Amino acid sequence: MHDLTPPFALEIRDLVKRFDRPAVDGLNLSVRSGEFYALLGPNGAGKTTTLRMIAGLLRPDAGSIRVAGIDALADPIAAKRLMAWISDEPMIYDKLTPREYLEFVAGLWSLAPAFAEPRAQELLSWLDLAPHAQERCEGFSKGMRQKVALAGALIHEPTLIILDEPLTGLDAGSARQVKSVLRERVRAGGTVIMTTHILEVAERMADRIGVIARGRLIAEGTLDELRLKAGTDEAPCAEASGEQASLEDTFLALLAQPAEAA
Amino acid sequence: MIAAPGTTLWFARHEWRLAWRDWLAMMSGGRRKRLRRAVIAIAIFVLFMHFVAYWMVGPYADAAPDKATLVAITGSILLSWLLMISQAMESTTRAFYARSDLDLILASPVAAEKIFAVRIAAVAASMAMMALPLAAPFIDILIARGSWRWLGAYGLIAAMGATATALAVGLSVALFRVVGARRTRFVAQVVAAVIGAAFVIGLQIAAILSFGTISRVSLLQSRSLIADMPSPESLIWWPARAALGDGAALLSVLAVSLAMLAAVIAIVAPRFGEYAVTAAGVDASSVVEVRRTTAFQATSPSRALRSKEWTLLRRDPWLVSQTLMQMLYLIPPAVLLWRSFNGGNGAYQLLVPVLVMAAGQLAGGLAWLAISGEDSPDLVAAAPISGSFIVRAKIEAVLGIIAVIFTPLVAVLAIASPWHALVTTAGIAIAATAATSIQLWFRSQAKRSQFRRRQVSSRLATFAEAFSSIGWAATAAVAAASLSLAIAPAVLALLVVAGTWLMSPRPQRA
Repeated sequence: MHDLTPPFALEIRDLVKRFDRPAVDGLNLSVRSGEFYALLGPNGAGKTTTLRMIAGLLRPDAGSIRVAGIDALADPIAAKRLMAWISDEPMIYDKLTPREYLEFVAGLWSLAPAFAEPRAQELLSWLDLAPHAQERCEGFSKGMRQKVALAGALIHEPTLIILDEPLTGLDAGSARQVKSVLRERVRAGGTVIMTTHILEVAERMADRIGVIARGRLIAEGTLDELRLKAGTDEAPCAEASGEQASLEDTFLALLAQPAEAA
Repeated sequence: MIAAPGTTLWFARHEWRLAWRDWLAMMSGGRRKRLRRAVIAIAIFVLFMHFVAYWMVGPYADAAPDKATLVAITGSILLSWLLMISQAMESTTRAFYARSDLDLILASPVAAEKIFAVRIAAVAASMAMMALPLAAPFIDILIARGSWRWLGAYGLIAAMGATATALAVGLSVALFRVVGARRTRFVAQVVAAVIGAAFVIGLQIAAILSFGTISRVSLLQSRSLIADMPSPESLIWWPARAALGDGAALLSVLAVSLAMLAAVIAIVAPRFGEYAVTAAGVDASSVVEVRRTTAFQATSPSRALRSKEWTLLRRDPWLVSQTLMQMLYLIPPAVLLWRSFNGGNGAYQLLVPVLVMAAGQLAGGLAWLAISGEDSPDLVAAAPISGSFIVRAKIEAVLGIIAVIFTPLVAVLAIASPWHALVTTAGIAIAATAATSIQLWFRSQAKRSQFRRRQVSSRLATFAEAFSSIGWAATAAVAAASLSLAIAPAVLALLVVAGTWLMSPRPQRA
């Protein structure tokens, strides 16, 4: 029996987006199905622009985006059906309750109530939101709002979840819950692509890491592969002990490399 | 002179700098070239207003302080003053609930009452300043064609700003204490809307009941009303006398007004921080929806979007009160309809443009909320539905509300005069569609809470929306009398809409 799952959840070729200057400049990126992929880069590197183009929120100037084999630029609706997008600033409706928010999202994705309602209950319980399911979101903390947005993103069981700095500003408990939900999703066969400035999160959670700078992918691979590429097999201050370099050391070393070398 | 930090003067300088930069940013949008254009536009507007004033009040420059003059001037003063109170109430409530720099001020070791005193005084000053662009041309013409005595009108405007602010602050604080922090924001908005509209609507209703016309001027000039008024020596005419240049009246009115404002500042400023802290707690508390949990409904994306828009609007009393002002102006036509129901006179003719105009304006506000005021734009844009589908669902939500509000009025009109009802229905549909389209062409991302500032975001859209509504109202009014004559105003209204479309920014496709 053939496995019908496409090998790549996401394929980006020669992606370009210019504002006043090139924000994304010929980016090529492939993320395998069932992979947890972390996209790292300094401020202004083009990470958010890339993710917004994948999610269909921004139209590229050139290049192609394929989501599970579907051309996302030619058939955005089919691609969006498979995706979920969460930004660093959870924008939810203050005057709706989490339950009503999930019902609204279910409506947008045309989910049958018989599927959506138990799924919503499950997500609300999973994210400890069940006690607040009937409260309007206006009084919620950032962590709670992020969890409501995450529940909304997961209700249609997306195969590709795109997250832009999802852990920014979350307390330790909320961050752990979000991470465990994402890990669970990857275990179930989903694909996660996430930007983060918390390198420790990328180091612990990601199967592969991409480093983006000046709108281009300058390095990609597992943490060990990145260490090799950066020439930081050992931590700069721990050479004597033979301790391995952290992702932070590797990341900074990669960024310090001249553009042509990278 | 540099004021010492923490003093009232220092705070006043700080507030002045912020207000000035805010005004500059509002006028220029951060571009120097646009500021020059805005200054030229203001100069043209002021010049135009002087011509209007010359035509309107020029002949009255030598008016004697008789009863008829005093009644007319007092009527105008009362109208402006109530609008000032309404506006000042909004400013005061906003000061209670806006967080902006309050955390910084309240956490600092300076006496916060100083800045609150400055802010209350600033509200009074801004009320007077806001009245000036409209009042100054009239006063200038009266001075030019009459005498310097009309300069007293400027003093009266300052006094009106002071008393309006004093009353507005007093009212807001009273509401805060009586109905609590959570409800004050909504109740104050409703009270402000009612105060602002009460006098005009009251005059119109009185005119309808007395003379069968919606014109309030006819009431203010009616002999019976003038005859029933107190003698010209009465104290109630002192504000009007102040405007006419009576020195003693002006000084008295100014002294009483400033004393009122000073008293309110002395009483309220020390407690303002306490109110602001209480108001801040409102947002942090949660509202539990008491409605019984219902099962998820089988729904389409368009139904989900429509239903979401209606729920959000229904649950936001502040937004409801913002649109209430427009709805209040429907009361006089409703009274006129009721009065004229059995009369069969030409009153229906008056109703048609009023209803069409109100529908256009209301649709514009609602369309802004639904289209630009989307609080979760990424979620909606990331959903597997096309952009045009989203827009269509939102337009349906807006037009649905318009239909619910105007159908009863048109239905009553249909019983009385089917032809007028038919024209009104067509006019409402076209005016609402045009206003919604203009909001669509000029859509920009904003929070729903920025509804008050929507007119600032694009003046072109604001003016186009108003001119389009006026154009369609005029078209409907003429069409009710003669269809063929309505072609000319319809073409003009179409030109406004088409011109607006041509000038609208071309959105980037996502």
